[in-house]
Amino acid sequence: MSRRLSWLNVTALTFGFAFLYLPILLLVIYSFNASQLVTVWGGFSTKWYAALVRNEALRDAAWVTLRVGFLCATVATILGTLAAIALVRHGRFRGRTLFTGMVYAPLVMPEVITGLSLLLLFVAAGLDRGFGTVTLAHITLTMCFVTVVVQSRLVSFDRALEEAAMDLGATPLRAFLSVTLPLILPAVAAGFLLAFTLSLDDLVIASFTSGPGATTLPMRIYSQVRLGVTPEINAASTLLIALVSAGVIVAALLTKRSAHLQGRV
Amino acid sequence: MAVASLRERAGRAIVIGLPYLWLAIFFLLPFLMVLRISLSDPVTAQPPYEPVLRRWTSLAEWREFLLGLDFDNFETLWSDDLYWRAALSSLEIALVSTGALLLLGYPIAYAMARAPERTRPLLVALVILPFWTSFLIRVYAWIAILKPEGLLNAFLLWLGVIAQPLAILNTPNAVYLGIVYAYLPFMILPLYASLERLDPTLIEAAQDLGSTPSKAFWTVTVPLSLPGVVAGALLCFIPIVGEFVIPDLLGGSDTLMIGRTLWSEFFSNRDWPLASAVAVVLLLILVIPIVVYREIEAQRWEAQP
Repeated sequence: MSRRLSWLNVTALTFGFAFLYLPILLLVIYSFNASQLVTVWGGFSTKWYAALVRNEALRDAAWVTLRVGFLCATVATILGTLAAIALVRHGRFRGRTLFTGMVYAPLVMPEVITGLSLLLLFVAAGLDRGFGTVTLAHITLTMCFVTVVVQSRLVSFDRALEEAAMDLGATPLRAFLSVTLPLILPAVAAGFLLAFTLSLDDLVIASFTSGPGATTLPMRIYSQVRLGVTPEINAASTLLIALVSAGVIVAALLTKRSAHLQGRV
Repeated sequence: MAVASLRERAGRAIVIGLPYLWLAIFFLLPFLMVLRISLSDPVTAQPPYEPVLRRWTSLAEWREFLLGLDFDNFETLWSDDLYWRAALSSLEIALVSTGALLLLGYPIAYAMARAPERTRPLLVALVILPFWTSFLIRVYAWIAILKPEGLLNAFLLWLGVIAQPLAILNTPNAVYLGIVYAYLPFMILPLYASLERLDPTLIEAAQDLGSTPSKAFWTVTVPLSLPGVVAGALLCFIPIVGEFVIPDLLGGSDTLMIGRTLWSEFFSNRDWPLASAVAVVLLLILVIPIVVYREIEAQRWEAQP
């Protein structure tokens, strides 16, 4: 099917991608606008970035967000990978249906419900809302995404490699660490990055489960946006977009490398 | 050997048990909390609801606790038509925008599946990239475009199409636009997955047998891509029903959506029990499409030889 595309298909692609990218592109361009008005181009300027660096509230929020994201992504990657192995390798076990449901439900669950329900749990358990509770909430949400990513990799994984290692005397743990893990590592890394960006991005669940002193960047951006559009937020958004794009490109390269490795084995 | 199998069982217990336990505590248990608090009454105290069970061991306290639970919040939801309108309007917005997403996403996914094999990974990456970029920022970007003194109005005025700036921001149209924009990748990817797998020889066969390209499309391509259509529609419909960020930032104060109602009951009115009752209702609304989907899936499996 490598014929040339019909003009209809080309139109669909052009229009589709223009629609997807134009708003982001405009945001990035206007973060370098010297004028505060969107419709007036006041010349190229990086003053909003300078203002951003001086904005202590945003800086603190960014720091909280990065710490939550890193901690959350680490734990979520471990739990999510374990869950993926359980689903792919351990066939039928008691409560598998419930387990599968619990893995897939958070993916589509409206965030207001997840946020509210976790908050009620934390209050009932007597936990103080703050850094810890946001992290716990984000782990719960993002581990399921890690599971989906790692699972798709494990399904196409040749089990004979693992069995060969065990026939040669390796314990299951050893076989996992020295054969399986290196081969699924790109998917695990991609899962980590996905968990990290999801945590970085979340507004709703963080608003429910966070407390004083643990305001995340999306919460800060949201409250500033509600007060009115400010060019500083454009600058902050541009930085976030750059960060995420870099992450996605790294993840894509890792996946490509993994496909290459798989092809060699 | 006995040691090895013991180890194996321990490993299995960790691999399954750890994520299982985590999800049971942080995903399942919270729903029971929502259910229990939706039956409580709001009070100005900490925690802001009653009854509260203070001693697990005392039977008398359990009795009092259970007697304190009632369905008052659900009666409030039932009798106040604000909640009815919010629920219906959420469903309407979700249905209309899922339809719009299908109409817009299908041609794009189709063109992607027809693109030369070498360029397909790049196209997929281009669809995924906005999905990874902050949801909040992507919605926020539309404010600068849609507001009365924003880019779209400036452009239309410059073209001379309109004489007065259009009021788009803070209207339902802005909400539809924002939803379609934010959820488009979720629609394209499952559609693409099912269209890409489609065997092109089937279409060639249909054309060889004399059907026109459009007939081949409607009788071969569309039915075979139906699983992707259903998956994409559900993947969009379910979160859209409970959407909060988009109606809050792009919609007007009269844009009712149930997710937003829940949010304001919780944050503005501080009525946790009522917010929990709204969450229960929202969950019940969402169970319906999932059951329908499972029915369709089951029928499809039965239909297959």
